[in-house]
Amino acid sequence: MAGEFGNPEVIEEELDILLVGGGMACCGAAFEVMRWAEGTDLKIKLVDKAAMDRSGAVAMGLSAINTYIGTEQDPADYARMVSNDLMGITRDDLTYDVGRHVDESVHLFEEWGLPIWKTDENGERFDGSKGMTPLKDGGKPVRSGRWQIMINGESYKWIVAEAAKKALGTDNIQEHVFVVKLVNDKNEPNRIAGAVGFSVREDKIFIYKAKAILLAAGGCVNIFRPRSVGEGMGRAWYPVWNAGSTYAMAAEAGAEMTMMENRFVPNRFKDGYGPVGAWFLLFKSKATNGDGEIYLDRNKEMLDDYPPYGQASVPASCLRNHLMLKEMKEGRGPIWMDTVTALANLRETMTPREVKHLEAEAWEDFLDMCIGQCGIWVGENIEPEKKNSELMPTEPYLLGSHSGCCGIWVSGPTDVGAPMEEKMEGIPAHLPKGWNWGYRGMTTVTGLWTAGDGVGASGHKFSSGSHAEGRIAAKAMVKYCLDNKDLKPELDTSIEDLVAEIYKPVRNYLEFKDYTTAIDINPNYITPKMLQFRLQKIMDEYVAGVATYYTTNAHMLVVAGEKIDMLKEDAEKMRAKDLHELLRAWENYHRIITAEAHMEHIEFRQESRYPGFYYRMDKNFVDEENWKCFVNSIYDKQTKKWTCFKRAHVDLVDKSKLFK
Amino acid sequence: MPTFVRTDKCDGCKGQDKTACMYICPHDLMKLDKDGSETGHAMRAYNQEPEQCWECYCCVKICPQQAIEARHYADIVPLGGSVQPLRGSDSIIWTIKFRNGTLKRFKFPIRTTPEGSIDPYGGKPAADLSRIEEPGFFVDSNGFRAGNRSELINI
Ligand SMILES: Cc1cc2nc3c(=O)[nH]c(=O)nc-3n(C[C@H](O)[C@H](O)[C@H](O)COP(=O)(O)OP(=O)(O)OC[C@H]3O[C@@H](n4cnc5c(N)ncnc54)[C@H](O)[C@@H]3O)c2cc1C
Ligand code: SF4
Ligand code: SF4
Repeated sequence: MAGEFGNPEVIEEELDILLVGGGMACCGAAFEVMRWAEGTDLKIKLVDKAAMDRSGAVAMGLSAINTYIGTEQDPADYARMVSNDLMGITRDDLTYDVGRHVDESVHLFEEWGLPIWKTDENGERFDGSKGMTPLKDGGKPVRSGRWQIMINGESYKWIVAEAAKKALGTDNIQEHVFVVKLVNDKNEPNRIAGAVGFSVREDKIFIYKAKAILLAAGGCVNIFRPRSVGEGMGRAWYPVWNAGSTYAMAAEAGAEMTMMENRFVPNRFKDGYGPVGAWFLLFKSKATNGDGEIYLDRNKEMLDDYPPYGQASVPASCLRNHLMLKEMKEGRGPIWMDTVTALANLRETMTPREVKHLEAEAWEDFLDMCIGQCGIWVGENIEPEKKNSELMPTEPYLLGSHSGCCGIWVSGPTDVGAPMEEKMEGIPAHLPKGWNWGYRGMTTVTGLWTAGDGVGASGHKFSSGSHAEGRIAAKAMVKYCLDNKDLKPELDTSIEDLVAEIYKPVRNYLEFKDYTTAIDINPNYITPKMLQFRLQKIMDEYVAGVATYYTTNAHMLVVAGEKIDMLKEDAEKMRAKDLHELLRAWENYHRIITAEAHMEHIEFRQESRYPGFYYRMDKNFVDEENWKCFVNSIYDKQTKKWTCFKRAHVDLVDKSKLFK
Repeated sequence: MPTFVRTDKCDGCKGQDKTACMYICPHDLMKLDKDGSETGHAMRAYNQEPEQCWECYCCVKICPQQAIEARHYADIVPLGGSVQPLRGSDSIIWTIKFRNGTLKRFKFPIRTTPEGSIDPYGGKPAADLSRIEEPGFFVDSNGFRAGNRSELINI
């Protein structure tokens, strides 16, 4: 029997392995973990805030698998590319490891039924329904870029989730439960003991004890004021439901975070946020300023300000934004994607059959993963062969698996030459020294793993790499559980306290709701929606959002810090008038912690490492001598304060090959 | 483009506990108004927070009555266009109507195997626990790229 509103039923479960999230990473983990756990009687469960068939960033589908190495490239090439795109500061051990494993997952996707485009021996391309030779037997994918392959991906997540659900079995899956926090061990504070969450459907709270937890709940959206604030507010580029849960819960559990100053500001089709990758890479389209000039050529010399990252054959993503922003700031907008010329050019070199498919391909790119962009096109009568579309950089997002690298510091592979020592001083004594301190993928909190968007300092994993990374973590978790058979996790907080904390917004509401006549306006509580608006305003205006063209400085960050402190205090007064609002309340709490980490890291890093994504105008340069290092941090949930520190960067593959 | 539910088509998923749209929305937006107290339409679903809608169309595609459509974000998009899918077992058909009346229709494959047919471990080896600490997975699908070791400069 479920409880009633304000008085939830409490359900306790003891597990060995808990998977938090049901996205690409956890679906990968689910598939791998059950096989290794066969015959071990390990108890395993997956908890997702939504329905696995359509949860996470791949809910709508995708039109490309962005990481596929193939036989013609080496994992080292991949590690190099990732490093340059992220301005030199990534963990080669992690990217290399994803690079050597990722194609394994892609081959399974194809086996499970994901249609993958192929080319025949004449180089003509066919969609994925044509039953040509599978990739694993040497079939040739259609590359839309050096690392990307095209798919018919409307049902991508559905397919990947089907395999994960079958592997796990329905009894081991709990959907529509939002995990609010992790709980540390009573006897060993730096060990994980469990996690707690609530059902968004019934008045139930779930308390899980677990030896090992994989926290892979995606990245973070909507900490910055989005460009549209009316009905279109939901149309962010990043899926509005990934609320920084991964970063906030890990930080509160004491995990070492890394590169939280990094952010991703994609350059996308204006208002619809439709993807540009296929347009640039597959259709060979060019972007121009309002005068029709190709700004990447016009402003080419600006790349020389950022050696060596601007000088690779593909300059870092942030630098391409940097060149575009110059046009916008100097009043040479709007920025156009010249789809008309691109499609006309392609018509000249293609067979009639291919031309017929070309138009469909252009639409499919959006229909598979950004239907809202088609909404803009039909509403504004834009046919891409007849009318160009505007481009615009978005508000910033925090993520670790796309073209961003914020996240959690994890233990890497042991066989690729990663450092075993730490050269920097000032690192809190309880933290590990080198880059591998035990189980692969484990954070600095014993028993806590992450994958996908959760793993910091290694971007560009995308859907396939996140799936593979979840599988890598799963193996290590099984090993850990088998090595720690007798471990009995004990929660460091009583169940009553946990329940009271989670349902505090409900209590706030029930206690004060009759004090005023207007339900939303009450001096005793704040609605989650207004709290979110306040966070977005602070971040937008002081922490380099779109309002200031992505600029900030040390003084502005001080003001932001004061405002966020008060916002955090007020978060205790959030109200929830129903379970849906309780969901929003905790999402926004996670957003605040994530935003705070972002701000603290930007303040600590005395340079502007990602020009085009953000500028510290008081330190508007890249300082290779002093800041070619990781910025890491830990959060103390008692004092509610962050401690930032440096870790040394080391190359494990030779980056100079990029610049020949 | 927030979603809307047509009063003439939605049947509340025949009064089942879980409606398809409520089940699938990744952002918990769709809600069944059981007694009509919230919308005036009993046993119909509605989008309870339209400004949070990502336009992912997950609800649109899953609704057994095709009762859900989308009206483009009013603060951005001129009225009159529509983008509507019909998702089958192996393909999806999109009907696209422009504001000026132009119509387009596209059909794309969505999967090459029957839904529900995945047998995750069928024909695959058991895991070899003695190799759990080595790189690679329990199954080798010809995708592990061992890499040229001489590229690793610290070993
Ligand atoms: C707009 C966009 C376009 C992209 N395009 C491509 C592309 O074309 N090709 C490509 O290969 N990759 C693409 N990617 C990247 C890819 O989608 C991600 O790399 C991948 O989904 C990351 O996997 P993940 O498991 O870390 O997170 P996700 O797949 O996002 O999964 C997060 C999961 O956590 C759950 N969750 C969140 N919070 C909680 C909580 N508190 N409690 C319980 N559960 C929770 C969510 O419901 C979800 O199941 C794109 C990403 C975006 C955002
Ligand atoms: S899925 Fe369709 S029929 Fe069912 S409740 Fe939702 S809108 Fe109504
Ligand atoms: S389109 Fe997506 S976000 Fe909007 S209501 Fe439907 S399922 Fe939810």
